[in-house]
Amino acid sequence: MAPFIVLRNLFSNRITLLQKFLISLWSLKLTACKKLFLKIYPLFFHKMCIPVWFIMIWEGLIRILQLPNYILPSPFAVLQSLINHAGLITSQTLPTLAEILFGLFFGIILGMAIALSMCLFRKLHAFLLPLLLASQALPVFAIAPLLVLWFGYGITAKIITTIFMLFFPITNNFLDGLKQTPENYLNLAKIMNSNRWQVLYQIRIPAALPNLASGIRLATAMAPLGAIIGEWVGSNQGLGFLLLNTNAQMQIDLMFAVLVVIFFLGIFLYFLVDTLLNRALPWTLLKSS
Amino acid sequence: MLKSPAVLVNNASLYYQDKVLFDQLNFYLAAGQTTCLLGMSGIGKSRLLQLIAGLNTFSASVSTCDQKGLAGRLAYMPQTHALLPWLTILDNVVLGYRLRRDNKPYTQARELLHQLGLGDVINKYPEQLSGGMQQRATLARVLLEKRPIVLMDEPFSALDTITRYHLQELTANALKDHTVLLVTHDPLEALRLGHHVAIMSGEPAKINHINCDLADLPPRSLNNPELLQWQAKLLNMLQELK
Repeated sequence: MAPFIVLRNLFSNRITLLQKFLISLWSLKLTACKKLFLKIYPLFFHKMCIPVWFIMIWEGLIRILQLPNYILPSPFAVLQSLINHAGLITSQTLPTLAEILFGLFFGIILGMAIALSMCLFRKLHAFLLPLLLASQALPVFAIAPLLVLWFGYGITAKIITTIFMLFFPITNNFLDGLKQTPENYLNLAKIMNSNRWQVLYQIRIPAALPNLASGIRLATAMAPLGAIIGEWVGSNQGLGFLLLNTNAQMQIDLMFAVLVVIFFLGIFLYFLVDTLLNRALPWTLLKSS
Repeated sequence: MLKSPAVLVNNASLYYQDKVLFDQLNFYLAAGQTTCLLGMSGIGKSRLLQLIAGLNTFSASVSTCDQKGLAGRLAYMPQTHALLPWLTILDNVVLGYRLRRDNKPYTQARELLHQLGLGDVINKYPEQLSGGMQQRATLARVLLEKRPIVLMDEPFSALDTITRYHLQELTANALKDHTVLLVTHDPLEALRLGHHVAIMSGEPAKINHINCDLADLPPRSLNNPELLQWQAKLLNMLQELK
């Protein structure tokens, strides 16, 4: 037995040595790989890379599933269509943009006015709340044709659809903020002999501004949807109109080009509004830091 | 020089969520002096302070010895969230004048802030300041209000020891000749700053004035061994009450 044990020991020793060598080699390789990986992989997740990923997946899907152009056009075709029809798309974007901006402006004013009056007058609160909830329970799609009937094919019906869609998040958030003024602030104002209007104007409204801002952000994200639904149900211009037409005419690449424009319009608007709000309310940024 | 009246609270009763916090309570604040009110949390110290300030629904008769009443003669210094986050320090300091739509004494406010060592931060927002600086700004606001009676609700409890020590001294010197009620849970703070020390205890709560008989005037130095002995005594008392 003795020689066998010696042999085994020798052998196992050899094995461990070999293993050690291999492992060290592997780990050396791994660390080098790791370093490279660590350097490169954040680039893939950089926000500028997201569109690249998106386009790659899009193109990949078409290649793998062999999708024909009328089901899913390739990114290149969409880009080409975007360039070829730049004039048409621009001319149709302007009315939609106007509807969105007007809708947003008047929606914010209406939402704030409703929230303020509900906060000031208790009786109005009980009366308006069911009405507001009912207005949100009714689908915009169902009301939009009615609005077209009442206000015609022009821009007014679309602006009203947009307002109808986005005033509620503003009212809701602003009212929440107005109701939740910290007691300390109100106590201070009372001891400082402030009257009710000054408390509202100088304490309660500023304290509710961060809530109003989040309501406005939400409304901004929803505004293009409102305008496009409005155009969808009856119009002779705008991106929604163009979408409907291209779909009917099977110009799928143009339709996708319009979708891309809507997408970027939405993102641009959101970031614009976000930046403006942050500029207007600089103190809200301090809390997170 | 301010003429600060004494404040008398008679027959104060307060019920909070079906609990009798205090009933038939009598209490007074000596004219032009600081009274420190000690007691465990939840006993109703802050409620009593709010009652004097007229902030909650209560049944009590609060009067001043000069019969002029309390309206417009109070200033209030809370523990935290005393500064409005959307106003700069300077605007926070003149808040009372803003709310009453009076002329804002900006020059005076700037001077006061400089004296309190906040000259460099007058245009910053409260969130950009440390806790000690925020409380100093609150103090500046209290001083600018120029009101003879000051109610302070644990104004230093959120601060670290060194800052607290410094601010206690600053406050005591600044509020000389004011009638001050300082609610605190720190016996040492009460002994340093109070001409009078009172303990609130029991259910419903009663207030006992403690006769400390310390020779020197606030803000007292911690070198005084008598003060430290009294701290031990007060701690014992508070523990027994528990």
